[in-house]
Amino acid sequence: MNWIDVGAIEDIPLRGARKIKTALGCVAIFRTGLQEVFAASNLCPHKGGPLSEGIIHGQSVTCPLHNWVFDLNSGQAQGEDASIPTFPVEVRDGRILLDGTELAKRSAA
Amino acid sequence: MKQKQKIVVIGAGMASGRVIENLVETAPDDFDITLFNAEQRGNYNRIMLSPVLSGEKTYEDIVTHDDDWYAAHGVTCRFGEHVVGIDAAQKTVTGQNGTVSYDKLIIATGSAPFIIPVPGKDLPGVITYRDLDDTNAMIEASQKGGSAVVIGGGLLGLEAAAGLAERGMSVTVVHLMGHLMERQLDEAAGYLLRRDLERRGITIRTQASTKAIIGDGRAEAVLLDTDESLPADLVVMAVGIRPETRLATDAGLEVARGIQVDAQMQTSDPDIFAVGECVEFDGNLFGLVAPLYDQAKVLSQTLMGQADAFVVKDTATKLKVTGCDLFSAGDFADGEGREDIVLRDPARGVYKRLVIEEDRLIGAVMYGDTADGNWFFQLIKDATDVEDMRETLIFGPSAQGGDTVDPLSAVAALPRDAEICGCNGICKGTIVDAIEGGAGDLGTVRATTKASASCGTCTGLVEQLLQVTLGDDFQMPTAQPVCGCCELTHEDLRRLIKSQELKSQEAVWQELGWKTRNGCHVCRPAVNYYLLADWPLEYRDDPQSRFVNERKHANIQKDGTFSVVPRMWGGITNPAELRAIADAADKYNVPTVKVTGGQRIDLLGVKGEDLPFIWADLNRAGLVSGHAYSKGLRTVKTCVGSDHCRFGTQDSTGLGIKLEQILWGSWTPHKVKLGVSGCPRNCAEATCKDIGIICVDSGYQVSVAGAAGMDLKETEPLGDAASEQEAIDLTIAFVQLYRENAKYLDRAYKWVAKVGLDWVKSQVVDDLNERARLIEAFELSQSVYRRDPWAEGAKVATSFQPLADLTLEAAE
Ligand SMILES: Cc1cc2nc3c(=O)[nH]c(=O)nc-3n(C[C@H](O)[C@H](O)[C@H](O)COP(=O)(O)OP(=O)(O)OC[C@H]3O[C@@H](n4cnc5c(N)ncnc54)[C@H](O)[C@@H]3O)c2cc1C
Ligand code: SF4
Ligand code: FES
Repeated sequence: MNWIDVGAIEDIPLRGARKIKTALGCVAIFRTGLQEVFAASNLCPHKGGPLSEGIIHGQSVTCPLHNWVFDLNSGQAQGEDASIPTFPVEVRDGRILLDGTELAKRSAA
Repeated sequence: MKQKQKIVVIGAGMASGRVIENLVETAPDDFDITLFNAEQRGNYNRIMLSPVLSGEKTYEDIVTHDDDWYAAHGVTCRFGEHVVGIDAAQKTVTGQNGTVSYDKLIIATGSAPFIIPVPGKDLPGVITYRDLDDTNAMIEASQKGGSAVVIGGGLLGLEAAAGLAERGMSVTVVHLMGHLMERQLDEAAGYLLRRDLERRGITIRTQASTKAIIGDGRAEAVLLDTDESLPADLVVMAVGIRPETRLATDAGLEVARGIQVDAQMQTSDPDIFAVGECVEFDGNLFGLVAPLYDQAKVLSQTLMGQADAFVVKDTATKLKVTGCDLFSAGDFADGEGREDIVLRDPARGVYKRLVIEEDRLIGAVMYGDTADGNWFFQLIKDATDVEDMRETLIFGPSAQGGDTVDPLSAVAALPRDAEICGCNGICKGTIVDAIEGGAGDLGTVRATTKASASCGTCTGLVEQLLQVTLGDDFQMPTAQPVCGCCELTHEDLRRLIKSQELKSQEAVWQELGWKTRNGCHVCRPAVNYYLLADWPLEYRDDPQSRFVNERKHANIQKDGTFSVVPRMWGGITNPAELRAIADAADKYNVPTVKVTGGQRIDLLGVKGEDLPFIWADLNRAGLVSGHAYSKGLRTVKTCVGSDHCRFGTQDSTGLGIKLEQILWGSWTPHKVKLGVSGCPRNCAEATCKDIGIICVDSGYQVSVAGAAGMDLKETEPLGDAASEQEAIDLTIAFVQLYRENAKYLDRAYKWVAKVGLDWVKSQVVDDLNERARLIEAFELSQSVYRRDPWAEGAKVATSFQPLADLTLEAAE
């Protein structure tokens, strides 16, 4: 694991999200109403909607463009044969840590 | 011609109603039926009396068989007539108005409420809860306000208490046992129920025993055995029921606790049958409709000469108090060799407990989230081996196998014999067959299968089956719930937010039994709007419950960029503003600049990160957000009016500017657009707006509910105003009425079509007090919301930037 500090948890509103720029495109970091943090691709596989702009409910996000709903645990789109890549993420002492290995792996592939 | 069999039925209740229905529908020419009922009316859905008590339904809504129905099927009705005796030897029945003979007799007298033998039990003001007359008596008593004491904290007592509280009485429940509904709930669930009831102002006294009811000529107080006295203008006794067996005993039939019947519902006299709560079968008594309907089916088969036998099944209980979501089934007492699985979510007030014995689920109690109730109930009834699912069992069907939580797929996955409608014992297969056989909507499914025709709690499931079976051919009806997170319609939701004074999202989730943690993209924006519209000072708009456009204060375009539209009051601008717009367009490389239909300028293609900066630049020139993205006031389109036009009758531009300055910033159910034209030539196209004002010589014609989108509709006249101020008042009052009452995402014209223009006029035009109240309420809300979101966004520019930039690290 290669944990990268990407910011403080308070920088993301509750039931909100922020995006992170990476060489592979943007990653969205989600913070749920119960303080859980998830990371996944920001790009909706349907027509490219920015998922960090969606409504976050429970452990899901709804794409702002056409309302596809993604489970943030698995990245699976509800009722659709599509999913988004998810990334390991952790919160330690109020800082959000994203695993850089996954990102690097994907860029090498 | 075959001789008709003479059937006499005593009691027109839910059980006999079903028997008669089966007989006249299956064999219309075989029976000549006479129906006695002590009540003044025929069969109605007794279990829905509580919604009548609370005011959610009327008696007309719950009638099962009306006079026309009895007439159409040739049933002779003797309503309001008590049967006073049965002569089994002569085969006759004597009512208060005379005697009739029978070939077969059906006793369906139901139960009588149990009255505890304390002094004062017969005082006026002491009521039981069994029929419509009791319900009406309670409604009448409640109209005087005051206090009520409900004796008995079981299902009936609590429904009565909730209804009376809903009607404004101050209610105390006196319950003998340690926790409420002790026969259906364990202590933990009882506690949650108590807390929820207390939150709506009901006082609960457990382990309290009634010593007497005191009063001079009518009930005034309930005296407990601790000698404490509770004031009571109304006393409701709901301590239990006992089978109504007097006629049967007098006729010499075998009666234990109930009238004894065999599995064909036959009593000890071969020509006399009994059905419903008055019977005892194999040592069992019955108090819920599901087994009674099974009995009714068996009895009608027996009378038609078909073999059938009644068997006792488990029953499940739900409480019909809106917002108290509980479910209980099977046996949940602690015991040797029994294992418990418990799940608690105190934050949501959710409690679930499953009891397992020998790898079988034998009991389930749930509070706060009962969505999986029927699934558990099915496992209990089928005695399914749950060993393999033990770890995830409590998370319900969605946790088994696949990872999908789509409610439709859960319904699709149910087996054909899964029970959907508990009251009527209707399985999924029966419903699906009916749908495939042509029952294409809820009403038809109800009529053909009876599913969801009694207490109605399974309506949502039946609709989901319609959707699963018919796919896109099924149009969800208008009275559907907001979304899968709850069982309430928008109308119910709005009403409950007001009546229960729910002032936070958490309160809504908790108190209205939301099935999800914090809603979804469908319900949360609606709840957010309803809360801010009803409680402008207590609740603040939550950006995380807004769609992206309203959170970003800009319209997202299909390529992920945004559009920026500054407000131009009444369509008026000046060189300085135009210069600032041109400079901003240059500075932020805006690819498209467009003049909109709302008389202002749209800068399209702005990057999300640049938004706070372009806003700050425009702010400096005095420009504010045009809310071109919001469910709120958009534009007020004007013509030049009397200032410049030779036809102009009034200053239409000036009025437009005033209106825009009053209304801007307010959130509404959907967008609101206005137009003001200076004369009937209507250059501002005012008559296709949500509100359109036409100036005339004598003043202003205010009209509302126009549309110029997918639907095209001319406005309808609301009222004429002699002065500009009156035109403004009518407009504000209309907007506020719309804000307070419409369903989220209904444009004004849709809402007016639902409530009727006459009602709108009565509130806004005719009732001057209500008009004043609406204007005041609008102003109160505007004291919070009449401000520029751009100025606020510009202050927190960093939140519009990426949280971090890892472009270098990830590339290593
Ligand atoms: C407020 C309330 C809420 C309820 N909620 C639920 C619920 O949510 N779920 C559920 O499953 N069950 C519920 N029940 C129970 C359900 O209503 C009963 O189980 C059911 O109505 C019993 O049907 P029945 O035909 O046996 O008797 P009833 O429906 O009571 O009908 C008996 C009829 O016989 C008449 N009668 C009696 N004696 C005579 C006589 N001598 N001469 C002429 N007529 C006579 C009575 O006036 C009555 O109209 C509720 C009951 C009440 C009162
Ligand atoms: S609506 Fe009447 S007043 Fe206004 S510009 Fe047209 S003609 Fe002139
Ligand atoms: S782009 Fe996400 S749903 Fe269409």
